[in-house]
Amino acid sequence: MSKVHVTTHINGDEVDFLCDPRETVLDVLRDRLGMTGAKEGCGTGDCGACSVTVDGRLVCSCLMLGVEAAGKEITTVEGIATEAELHPLQQKFIEYAALQCGICTPGILVAAKNLLERNPDPTESEVRYWLAGNLCRCTGYDKIIRAVMDTAADMREAS
Amino acid sequence: MALDSLKTDGFKQIGTRPNRPDGLDKVTGRALYGADVTAPGMLWGVIVRSPHAHAKIVKIDTSKAEAMDGVKAVVTRADFSDAIQPAAGPRGEMWNVLENVMAGDKALYDGHAVAAVAATSQLAARDAAKAIVVEYEVLPHVTDVDKAMAADAPVIREGATEKSVPEGMHPNVVRYHESGHGDLEAGFAEADLVIEDTFKTEATHQGYIEPHACLGTLGGDGKGELWCCTQGHWNVQKVCAALLGLETSQLRVTASEIGGGFGGKTAVFIEPVALALSRKANKPVKIVMNRADVFRATGPTASTSMDIKIGMKKDGTITAASGLFRCQGGAFPGAPMEFTAMCAFAPYNLQAVKQTGFDVMTNRPKQAAYRAPGSPMAAFAVESVIDQLCNQLGLDPIDTRLKNASREGTQASFGPKWDRIGLVETLEAAKAHPHYSEPLKEGQGRGVSCGFWFNHGGETAVSLALSEDGTVQLAVGTPDIGGSRASMAMMAAEELGIPYENVRCTIADTATLGYNEISHGSRVTYASGLATIKAARDAVKKLCARAAAKWGIEEDAVKWEDGCAVPSGPNAGDHEPLPLAKITAKMGATGGPIVGHFEATPEGAGVSFATHIVDAEVDKETGKTTISRYTVVQDAGKAIHPTYVEGQFQGGAAQGIGWALNEEYIYGEDGRLQNAGFLDYRIPVASDLPMIDAVIVEVPNPGHPYGVRGVGETSICPPLAAIANAVSAAAGVRLKQLPMSPPRILAALGTHD
Amino acid sequence: MQYHSPTSFSDAVSIAAEAQGTTRFLAGGTDVLVQLRSDLVEPDTLIDIKHIDGTHDIVQNADGSWTLGVAVTGAEMSEHAELCAQWPGLVEAMDLIGSTQVQGRATLTGNLCNGSPAADSVPAMFAAGVTVSVTGPDGTRQVPVDQIPAGPGKTNLAKGELISAVHVPARGTGGGDAYLRFIPRTEMDIAVVGCGVNLRVEGDTITEACVSLGAVAPTVLLVEDAAKALIGSTLDDAALDKLAAAAAAACNPISDKRGTIEFRTHVAGVLAKRAAKIAYDRAKG
Repeated sequence: MSKVHVTTHINGDEVDFLCDPRETVLDVLRDRLGMTGAKEGCGTGDCGACSVTVDGRLVCSCLMLGVEAAGKEITTVEGIATEAELHPLQQKFIEYAALQCGICTPGILVAAKNLLERNPDPTESEVRYWLAGNLCRCTGYDKIIRAVMDTAADMREAS
Repeated sequence: MALDSLKTDGFKQIGTRPNRPDGLDKVTGRALYGADVTAPGMLWGVIVRSPHAHAKIVKIDTSKAEAMDGVKAVVTRADFSDAIQPAAGPRGEMWNVLENVMAGDKALYDGHAVAAVAATSQLAARDAAKAIVVEYEVLPHVTDVDKAMAADAPVIREGATEKSVPEGMHPNVVRYHESGHGDLEAGFAEADLVIEDTFKTEATHQGYIEPHACLGTLGGDGKGELWCCTQGHWNVQKVCAALLGLETSQLRVTASEIGGGFGGKTAVFIEPVALALSRKANKPVKIVMNRADVFRATGPTASTSMDIKIGMKKDGTITAASGLFRCQGGAFPGAPMEFTAMCAFAPYNLQAVKQTGFDVMTNRPKQAAYRAPGSPMAAFAVESVIDQLCNQLGLDPIDTRLKNASREGTQASFGPKWDRIGLVETLEAAKAHPHYSEPLKEGQGRGVSCGFWFNHGGETAVSLALSEDGTVQLAVGTPDIGGSRASMAMMAAEELGIPYENVRCTIADTATLGYNEISHGSRVTYASGLATIKAARDAVKKLCARAAAKWGIEEDAVKWEDGCAVPSGPNAGDHEPLPLAKITAKMGATGGPIVGHFEATPEGAGVSFATHIVDAEVDKETGKTTISRYTVVQDAGKAIHPTYVEGQFQGGAAQGIGWALNEEYIYGEDGRLQNAGFLDYRIPVASDLPMIDAVIVEVPNPGHPYGVRGVGETSICPPLAAIANAVSAAAGVRLKQLPMSPPRILAALGTHD
Repeated sequence: MQYHSPTSFSDAVSIAAEAQGTTRFLAGGTDVLVQLRSDLVEPDTLIDIKHIDGTHDIVQNADGSWTLGVAVTGAEMSEHAELCAQWPGLVEAMDLIGSTQVQGRATLTGNLCNGSPAADSVPAMFAAGVTVSVTGPDGTRQVPVDQIPAGPGKTNLAKGELISAVHVPARGTGGGDAYLRFIPRTEMDIAVVGCGVNLRVEGDTITEACVSLGAVAPTVLLVEDAAKALIGSTLDDAALDKLAAAAAAACNPISDKRGTIEFRTHVAGVLAKRAAKIAYDRAKG
């Protein structure tokens, strides 16, 4: 089956790849580009572990084809920290133990960062509903929600 | 170990909350899980699975697949060891594992592996798997536990029944348990109220977010390498070696970061298949399960059907209790019915008690451990009846439980006398918690339940090597399933008197340490923790010996204090304290590397009890339940890293909420699993839950140097019953079947007759 | 699988008309990719319509009606303040589908063409009187949305036809709509029952009404008797009871992993009442 040549931007860098039209952005990231930060928990958009942003919009990378990435700007968990330091959410997640096994963490961080960019002062309920598509089986969400809320408060204070 | 040797205070590290050592890797996406590695020349493996619940495999035609571009190997049962034979009881377990990994003559459940293919890409392997043609002769099937025990049920497999099973039972009943003490008849006669009821629970899945994944290489020389997400890589090594006819030590297994397990990754599923494919193709093979196959073919917990009878006096004294527990564990022996039976009445000091368990086979996937396997269901049934008794006798649920609570010295329902335990302390803390006295709002109900789980020691080996600069490399063999590397580093730092950051804890591969039992039974912080402390003490002894040599005094004239060797008393002479880093800087010239060890099977594991309080609201028009408040109180013995202990409490409660309300395996008439995905297997999402208060009670375990009890599993024992009690109070009708889904609640309310 | 990304509807139509085997149009892909991944449907031809001009636009026309491009996502609808103010029920119905992530991709058109009787946005579109432009080899025609579904997983679109725009009527005065669904969790589930209500009031009296139900029959239903129960009333208890009875009577559900016949029938009435109250309050402003 013939492959398609795609040029896109990932975490600010121009990237090109060949892919089968059936491959998803997640397949491309993980199996063609070696970027394994985004995780496959379900492959059907139900768990959010593969969350990335595409042109600033939060999506499941398992629900987007690699060929659709042409000309887009994709951000993954690998693009959240700067070279110098972690994003405040990353720092807070470690400090609060907002992860146990950590498999959902990349997706949750991408989703939470996207929320705070849109809404710097979310309520607990807004955080919970925004993250409803990011399944976590370890934590019961308590420490995750607290980490996001408190990061938001810190970032508001800092700005 | 005697209680007086316990260290319970004066800690520098224990009880603090440092950042976990693997935190940065996990928040940046750098951490490598099962599916995150590749090897040069790697192939992808895909497993072909039975669509039938029960079928004879007539023929497997692989010719079309083998002819496809990029296909390098196909394996079936013939490619695994034929030295393993079936047998009843524990002797047959390796055959059970083999049969589950790759079906022999029959497919025993929807999703049972029947063949596998390796090809140059995942898509090529998937296409090839679809081209493998399997001819089946469909057989009658059964998936329900009660129906599987009925006379007309199809027999899953003859010859699997243990001798202990009473005569005349269906061959699907393969194991039997009975325990208890006292005169039941007299006990029930003494009661003012006896309630007898039947309860059912459905099978639930551990629901870890990371599907099983592995990368294996096996050459014609019988030497292999395997990378996989597992709770126990020595067990993977042992099982793979047996299934493939290898020498155990020729296979090195490395545990990846693990994306959740909860017991479900104690078993072996795809690893032998990847190795078999690799042996045939002579290339590395990676297999990553898809989510549907995780649900269809990896272990859910048992489903149950339970009869409970409890007698109580007006003052709340329980006079007698009995329980009959039927547990279905799929197409193989192994449903944890003895744990169900043993845990059922464990919280109570009973004069007369009897528990009976049946292990029943059906056409479902082989059950695997799920967090306190067997115990949550028992608590659901027993604690529901206690709640009914309290309601009818007008008694406070916590006072009544306190009145009957097991304590140090009382006889456990399953036999032994209790050592120091903390049930009473959890009940008292729950009673004193503001949650318990908060007034309920209109439409809400409150539920309380206790829960119990064992703690396990198990074979444990730890190695603690000192570096020249005074830092420490700590190698443990129990995969870190919830932050244990932090706890191990804390315990090592505590013993050595050095900063936490100076210890790097690694999960060693099977070539590096002696056998380590699986990370299960809430054993890691207990057993690997004890091993770490003992290994550190071993290193300290060697450090003191170096100081003694330097000072020219006897080894026992040196002791270890705040990270330094110091003379043990005035008679030992006047020597400046010698810090660890000064000793290690010269260790090459003073006798060579310094390494502390521990290799043994710790025997002092301490059980953990919990009491949970939950408020629930029920929409009586739709049957929908909302959990409005939740409090966990549990005995941790000693919380090494309290934040991660809280995390275990909260995580167990959340899984219990899912189990109680919405999670279930749903089989169709055709015996196929209908909800093999996170869309319809409904685990709690963030918006479903409230914050979960976690109260840590510390009643030290005399069997651990710091008093640690395993905490990982007990937290899932009380929720099913606590929620059922809350929902029953809110709805005004007793719910006796899980999950308490909206249709079940409306049906119980008689809303749509 | 051949992937195409035409830049006009006429190109899309000709690709589809000439394609052999299974053809799927790709907008948000939240159903197409799931079916692909689950080995349910592997299209031979996949036609991505997102490169066609206008497919991402939300436009209010001079008469107050709305034209929505077929690739407009749920998130884009929820972020459109004026659309939310005028058709809150329709926007909320769309917003209920899946997660935040799914909202970043999912579309009204995809939800409609997937043909699920449980699709959340479809009852809301039925109730709102939405029409769609259908473009095919013979040109473009406008079709009421309730004529699109044909049964579970099936539409009445012919080979080579696709939906090219979504038309939402002008809200006008005294109008209000609402959509409610029942799911066991708070998010991420497929509707066990869904109900859309759209009505208009003069003073306190309901003058126009439209009631729809999802997940209680092979297709989404418009329930005329339920609408009749509301028209002429002030949404008093008697009208609400009649509404619930009419909704329940219209149900022809199945028992499956998500709910039983009895449960769906009962809850249809409950949701109809609750949705009607919300729509009525919105209509009265």
